Amino acid sequence: MTKIECILRPGKLEDVKDSLNKYGIHGMTVTQVIGCGLQKGRKEVYRGTEYSINLLPKVKLEIVTKDEDVDEVVKIISQAARSGEIGDGKIFTYKIDNAIRIRTGETGEAAI
Amino acid sequence: MKNRLFRTIFMALTGSMSIPALAWAEEAVPKIDTGDTSFVLISAALVMLMTLPGLALFYGGLSRKKNVLSTIMYSFFAMVLISIQWALWGYSLSFGPDVNNLIGNLDWIGLRGVGLVPSDVYATTVPHQAFMVFQLMFAVITAALISGAIAERMRFPAFLAFLILWTTLIYDPVAHWVWGGGWLCDLGALDFAGGTVVHILSGVSGLVACIVIGKRKGYGTEPMIPHNLPFTVLGAALLWFGWFGFNAGSALSANGLAASAFVVTHLATASAAFSWVVAEWIRHGKPTVLGAASGAVAGLVAITPASGFVDPMASIIIGLVAGVVCYLAVSVLKAKLGYDDSLDAFGVHGIGGTWGALATGLFANPSVNELGQGLFYGNPNQVVIQIISIVASWAIAAVGTFVILKVVGTVIKLRASDEEQDAGLDITQHGEDAYTDFVSGSPFGDMKLTGASVQATGSMNPAKI
Repeated sequence: MTKIECILRPGKLEDVKDSLNKYGIHGMTVTQVIGCGLQKGRKEVYRGTEYSINLLPKVKLEIVTKDEDVDEVVKIISQAARSGEIGDGKIFTYKIDNAIRIRTGETGEAAI
Repeated sequence: MKNRLFRTIFMALTGSMSIPALAWAEEAVPKIDTGDTSFVLISAALVMLMTLPGLALFYGGLSRKKNVLSTIMYSFFAMVLISIQWALWGYSLSFGPDVNNLIGNLDWIGLRGVGLVPSDVYATTVPHQAFMVFQLMFAVITAALISGAIAERMRFPAFLAFLILWTTLIYDPVAHWVWGGGWLCDLGALDFAGGTVVHILSGVSGLVACIVIGKRKGYGTEPMIPHNLPFTVLGAALLWFGWFGFNAGSALSANGLAASAFVVTHLATASAAFSWVVAEWIRHGKPTVLGAASGAVAGLVAITPASGFVDPMASIIIGLVAGVVCYLAVSVLKAKLGYDDSLDAFGVHGIGGTWGALATGLFANPSVNELGQGLFYGNPNQVVIQIISIVASWAIAAVGTFVILKVVGTVIKLRASDEEQDAGLDITQHGEDAYTDFVSGSPFGDMKLTGASVQATGSMNPAKI
């Protein structure tokens, strides 16, 4: 099993979710995060005082899939999330030891 | 008084002296005008709305998340404490019988003699208590305005002590000077609704207070950004609405002058919002919502002293200048001089109030109000009188605030420690959190055993959550 964790533009979340749903992935965890990377911050002005805001809002989407699906899922996410501009985000994958469904006690791929 | 004299002369000339006894009987008891009374009472309620929730939301939205409650509480307690102060001794000091043109005496302490019959000096067509409570709301908002300069760092107990002393020693005397028959009144200073008394006093006192107390921890290095601009816009809109009571209500009568004050108040506000946004748009490339809200308040401040004296076209000019001048004060002057006026009480009220007091001396039009004749209507002397009233207000506000804070500071710590500021004043001063989106913990002590708690636990079905 592999955990796919991606940092996305907030505006791309719906597209990514729809694409994953079409592929058959319905489970995911989404969090609002802020971060910085290659994308420069933006300027905000309050009563004439300028601030450079360098932590920008992003969403973090986490899913756990079977190992054989990883390539396809990463491809789907990349396509849906790409705008071609700096700031599209990143995808990380990790090996997962085990998964347990709390309600039934099922383990491994049956639990995801 | 003049009216009565004229009427007597008129009656004498027209020969109606045949019933002088009756005429004098009617005049002897001051008559309550129901229209004036309802207007003044409604205006008092409108001015109340300016402080709570208007100013509380305006300032609350500008503060950071961790300080929003403490910022709101400053305004709330200005309402609570100054209302009581006013009834006990504030009204008497401000409007009571004159002592040496400097202050009212203590004859009206505890509102003694301030009853339901009109005063023979102030607002002679409404119950004396209606005038008193209208003026009470002015004292409240003036004290509350100062909190904008010291927000996010002044400890609550110190603020309370400051409030009472400041209103008693600074606001009450100056209100007497201008409105209660004091020396500025005699000199002929024009201040219709409080440009000097309310705005210069609060703004300049705010400036001195923010310098005495010192900058917020992290000022200039950490971003200090408004946490809820919709709050601020809501507050500014309520201020705008309530200000009709403040300015039009200051006519103290439901008459043409009130209508004129209403119209010029509105036009100056719109003009200042416009010019602030344009100035900002030119300098920073974006027209901000905060700029519109701030500009509106700057316009309201500037038109306040002029509202009973100027015509609509002059009010547009006063507003346009106020928007730009106040914008430059908060963006350029503040940065250059480096003081930390947290929410720009000085930049908007001190500067806007000063411009308004000066502008009154320029634009006062005798066809609007025969009591006011400004420079542009052939009376340069009025400008000199306005400058004297401005200088006097600045001086007493600056010196008085400095002394009061030094005295209070010897007894009560003024400034929240760096650690307290890091955690936020809401938690450290008031033990509350405005936005409790993730809570964990349990009630202390006996709370666990109460019926309410057991019931609450019992009603939850863990399987369904």
